[in-house]
Amino acid sequence: MNRDAPQRLFARLVRLPPFLWLAAFFLLPVVITLKISLSEPATAIPPYLPLLDWQGGLEGWSTFLEALNLDNYLTLARDPLYRDALFGSLAYAGGATALLAALGVPLAYALARAPARRQPFLVALIVVPFWTSFLIRVYAWIAILKQEGLLNLVLLKLGLIARPLAILNTDAAVMIGLVYAYLPFMVLPVYAVMNRLDPALREAAADLGAGPTRVFWSVTLPLALPGIVAGAGLCFIPMVGEFIIPDLLGGSETLMLGRVLWSEFFSNRDWPLASAVAVLILLIVLGPVVLLRDGLRGEGERP
Amino acid sequence: MAAETRLRLEALTKRFGAHAAVDAVDLALEPGEFFCLLGPSGCGKSTLLRMIAGFEAPTSGRVVLGEADITGLPPHRRPVNMMFQSYALFPHMSVAANVGYGLKGLGRGAAAARVAELLRLVRLDGFDARRPDTLSGGQRQRVALARALAREPRLLLLDEPLGALDRGLREETQGELRAVQRRLGTSFVVVTHDPEEAMMLADRIGVMDRGRLVQVGAPADLYRRPASRFVAGLLGDVNLIPGRLGPAEADGTRVVATAHGPVRAAGPADPLAEGAEVVVAVRPESLALGAEGLPVTVADATFLGDRVRRLLRLPDGTPLRASGPPGEGGAQPVGAETRAGFAPDAAVILPA
Repeated sequence: MNRDAPQRLFARLVRLPPFLWLAAFFLLPVVITLKISLSEPATAIPPYLPLLDWQGGLEGWSTFLEALNLDNYLTLARDPLYRDALFGSLAYAGGATALLAALGVPLAYALARAPARRQPFLVALIVVPFWTSFLIRVYAWIAILKQEGLLNLVLLKLGLIARPLAILNTDAAVMIGLVYAYLPFMVLPVYAVMNRLDPALREAAADLGAGPTRVFWSVTLPLALPGIVAGAGLCFIPMVGEFIIPDLLGGSETLMLGRVLWSEFFSNRDWPLASAVAVLILLIVLGPVVLLRDGLRGEGERP
Repeated sequence: MAAETRLRLEALTKRFGAHAAVDAVDLALEPGEFFCLLGPSGCGKSTLLRMIAGFEAPTSGRVVLGEADITGLPPHRRPVNMMFQSYALFPHMSVAANVGYGLKGLGRGAAAARVAELLRLVRLDGFDARRPDTLSGGQRQRVALARALAREPRLLLLDEPLGALDRGLREETQGELRAVQRRLGTSFVVVTHDPEEAMMLADRIGVMDRGRLVQVGAPADLYRRPASRFVAGLLGDVNLIPGRLGPAEADGTRVVATAHGPVRAAGPADPLAEGAEVVVAVRPESLALGAEGLPVTVADATFLGDRVRRLLRLPDGTPLRASGPPGEGGAQPVGAETRAGFAPDAAVILPA
């Protein structure tokens, strides 16, 4: 027993840095955000009240705690703007996740079925856009989607449309942007799972009389489910709080939480309300995070 | 009927680039036969099996089942089923769903009855709802067998069916596999690298070497009358004594002049000219110590209960292995000088 003690101490020390890191750079900011969300806006620096009076001792603490309230959350609940932004975010993120699965799963399947020596190159093609700034890529979509943009130009020349389509600054443009930007996060986990599937499983299904369609639906897809769940989580979670895509590609009526948060913070300088929106987003994505964790665990269990 | 189906391979060839994995293999399988493809890894036996199943397209040649040319048919259209080396059980399905996967054409009731019948056949009744990952290796192997038999294939292909089992289970399963095959009368083609397994299972063995089917025959014939040093060495321990071929004798045997005196052995299958360089292949159990034969020294003796294994040396130091009942030659201690002989029909002359 005693002989193990130093080893156990060492094992604990090794595990300490990640915890310290998470505490300093994740837990602490969340606590600060939570605190600000319970404060009131003020014309001051920082722009909220109350501030903790460190010299006030126990009394300072109690006046500080008494001044905190849930007013900002009540505003979120009562004002239809925030409710609409919440539903908007969920709808955009949910819809885009469904589209991403519909697009990303076949793409991942094609990747996994490609000749083994060509796969690294194809995977690199999926990853290559990351080498360019995200912002620049979204701006590129503006150039493609605007009235006199590339897409309209091509469609007009082909005679497929008589008048330019108004795509930019609509819901469609936001969807296109979301699906474009997050596609690698869906494709890569699904590909990783499909690539590891024993090819003999597909062969066994075919050997037992299943045509390619049945093989896909009854064997490949169910076994790739952990990857799809992981991909859906990786896409849905950041999309709920997405700001750049709805701001640049969406219209004035495109309501998403990230955009509301930004305007509360930078336009209205209402830090407390912005913080309350941030906490709301955090709570929303907790669900998918739990799902994601279970999905990944399920994948690990498979021999 | 299954029992009347015959498989014929005609000049079947598979090339990967310049390398011929399977090189012009001709083979006709008897109906209801248990056939083993035996060879070291990389000899092309698995590729041959996969071409019969339809997973690899042959570069040239034909696969004919009964009267039908099935060379171009995709796997899901072939009346042939395969049991995979890894078993390839669907991990997300129950045992019953695995076994019933190929029974989609049947009605639900008929399929369920067939699954129950198959699980009884492989002695897994009551395992219907279990997942493959909760089964032992031997149980998984039996599920894979039941699943491969579900569609009443005219031909069952088995890729190293016992490879993933441990030794004790292997011998038990070998017997079971034979019993199932006899009961159903389906033709089985088994791929294995284990000569003992091939000899225990098969009616006939086809030995493959570097893509070619080098010899086909009943296990005993292959063991006693190998056509090459490769086959002789593959099927068990063998002594190869080099020498020069003498003239043909009236009784079909020939004398080979070795460095230590003449020996007599069954003539070679291929006609070889007098004076050709040959080897005489003798199994250790055919070498008897006594008054006749080549002069040897007993270098080592190991008592194994049912037999004694001896290491002998010819005067030039060439080792010979002999194995016999403990009583025989018991008076020959290590260091004794004696003679090692064999019956002419227990040895075979092979090209050097």
